[in-house]
Amino acid sequence: MKDIVVEVNKLRKVYGDLIAVDDISFNVEKGEIFGLLGPNGAGKTTTFECLEGLRKPDGGNFKLLGKSPNYNYNNLRNIIGVQLQTSGLPDSMCVNEAMNFFSAYHNVPSRYDLLERLGLKEKMGVQYHTLSTGLQRRLALALAIAHKPPILFLDEPTAGLDVQSRVELHNMIKELQENGTTILFATHDMAEAEKIANRVAILLKGKIVTIGTPREITATGAGLTKISVRVEGSSLSKLNIKFPGVTQFKSIDEYTIYYSTNIGLTVSALIEYISKQKDELIDLRVERPSLEDRFLEITNTKTKK
Amino acid sequence: MKAFKNHFIFEFKTGIRDKNLLLMNYLFPLGFYIMIGFLMANINPDFIDIIIPAMVVITILISTLLGIPEPLVKSREAGIFRSYKINGVPATSIVIIPPLTTIIHIIVVSIIITPTAFAFFKAPLPKNWLAFVLIFLLTAFTCAGLAVLIGIASSSSRGTILWSQLIFIPSMLIGGYFVPSQLLPTFLGKIGMLLPSTHAINLFKFYSYNQSIDYNPIWSLLILFFGGILSFGLAIYLFNWDSQNKTRRAHPAFAFFAFIPFIIGAFFLP
Repeated sequence: MKDIVVEVNKLRKVYGDLIAVDDISFNVEKGEIFGLLGPNGAGKTTTFECLEGLRKPDGGNFKLLGKSPNYNYNNLRNIIGVQLQTSGLPDSMCVNEAMNFFSAYHNVPSRYDLLERLGLKEKMGVQYHTLSTGLQRRLALALAIAHKPPILFLDEPTAGLDVQSRVELHNMIKELQENGTTILFATHDMAEAEKIANRVAILLKGKIVTIGTPREITATGAGLTKISVRVEGSSLSKLNIKFPGVTQFKSIDEYTIYYSTNIGLTVSALIEYISKQKDELIDLRVERPSLEDRFLEITNTKTKK
Repeated sequence: MKAFKNHFIFEFKTGIRDKNLLLMNYLFPLGFYIMIGFLMANINPDFIDIIIPAMVVITILISTLLGIPEPLVKSREAGIFRSYKINGVPATSIVIIPPLTTIIHIIVVSIIITPTAFAFFKAPLPKNWLAFVLIFLLTAFTCAGLAVLIGIASSSSRGTILWSQLIFIPSMLIGGYFVPSQLLPTFLGKIGMLLPSTHAINLFKFYSYNQSIDYNPIWSLLILFFGGILSFGLAIYLFNWDSQNKTRRAHPAFAFFAFIPFIIGAFFLP
């Protein structure tokens, strides 16, 4: 059994009448990338802020590296690295100054190698407010990992980044994981969570509604596979055709989309039907349900309740 | 120590890099000094006798009361203090370093004002330089404390402007330099005694210029000293890392306790 690095037990945070975090419990193992997913206001950031020592929980407890910080921030600051949702640096602070400033407070040497690795070498003397969003996020990450924390919290790490920066950041996160860092991140981006997280928890109205690997979570849904078909003629436009395994279908642009519980049966029946109608198959795509589909399914169900 | 040094150097540079702080630390005090110097030399030659301490006190008021509070509120609102907290920056550094670097800027401006006032306006130099320096430091300490307290206790930038101006504007009008305190009506004289500038001018006149004064200088010394101590103490006590997290040790109204020495002075000083 792997080491439990983050142990959260019935954590609760209340703001007036609003229960922002409602008795949530989860564990994160050493070297794991754990994603906290949820819509706006689900409690992701509040959960992180409690674990980071920025807010005092109203109930429950948590342990980091087996020790309870007892809400004394000094017990936390050297074992965690945090990239906040808003980077929080003074506008006039230069990149190299930021590195010197925070490294000195962590009592570690300045990590200029990290700035170079993250493409900030040419920006050393540039003030924070003149950096692009992507560079600001990279600087925030460099500062969060400069003291080599065993636990890293990333709140919306790729928000506002272009595709290339996003890929680079994902690679960096994977690299940190390979070096043994345990990473907890909060995101709205399901594709990102599916791509980099070992496990995710979906948070809704302060409660964890499901937790597991992305594959486990998608497998527990209705399990409908999406089959998109495009044909030359109009053989699929008849509304009364029924294919085995299909529970629902719709037309989008030139595609007819079927949701099936049995891919094999549905695809073979579709091909046979198109052939019999002397129509020509132009495109056929089969997509397993994504984490996003499952997330929407969960959030829609829970919201209706 | 290295962390404190880095923080100090960064804050000092910010005092010049930031356009608003550059204005408050250098451009406004020096511009005001030049304007007042030429104006008063013609219309009120007696003012020239105290132009050096008066302009030093005005510089202190501008740089501290108008320069320190707003960046504190903005940093809190922008989440900079949250980031500092996560990275182990102590609250005491956040409360103490900006006033210290501001005092360095004030020293630079005062070093410009003192010899130029002597050279251009024939202003008398202090007779007791040690007293001049000590009173300067005490006044800067008290005003910086009040400024930090305003920044810590105010919930918004608008609040800092209101509270800062509430001290700054009366200080300019009845702070003892343009109109001597003994010439003010009793009521305004009492109001004037609530202001740090009145006590600073009182001390400068007595200890560094050997001039006759309006109030007992020991009282002024005690009022400024305890006003400064209370201001910094309350600023550290009321410090809040986070504009989103409203939890405080006490209500911001506790900041008014910093005025207790000034209120006592206004009531009990002869």
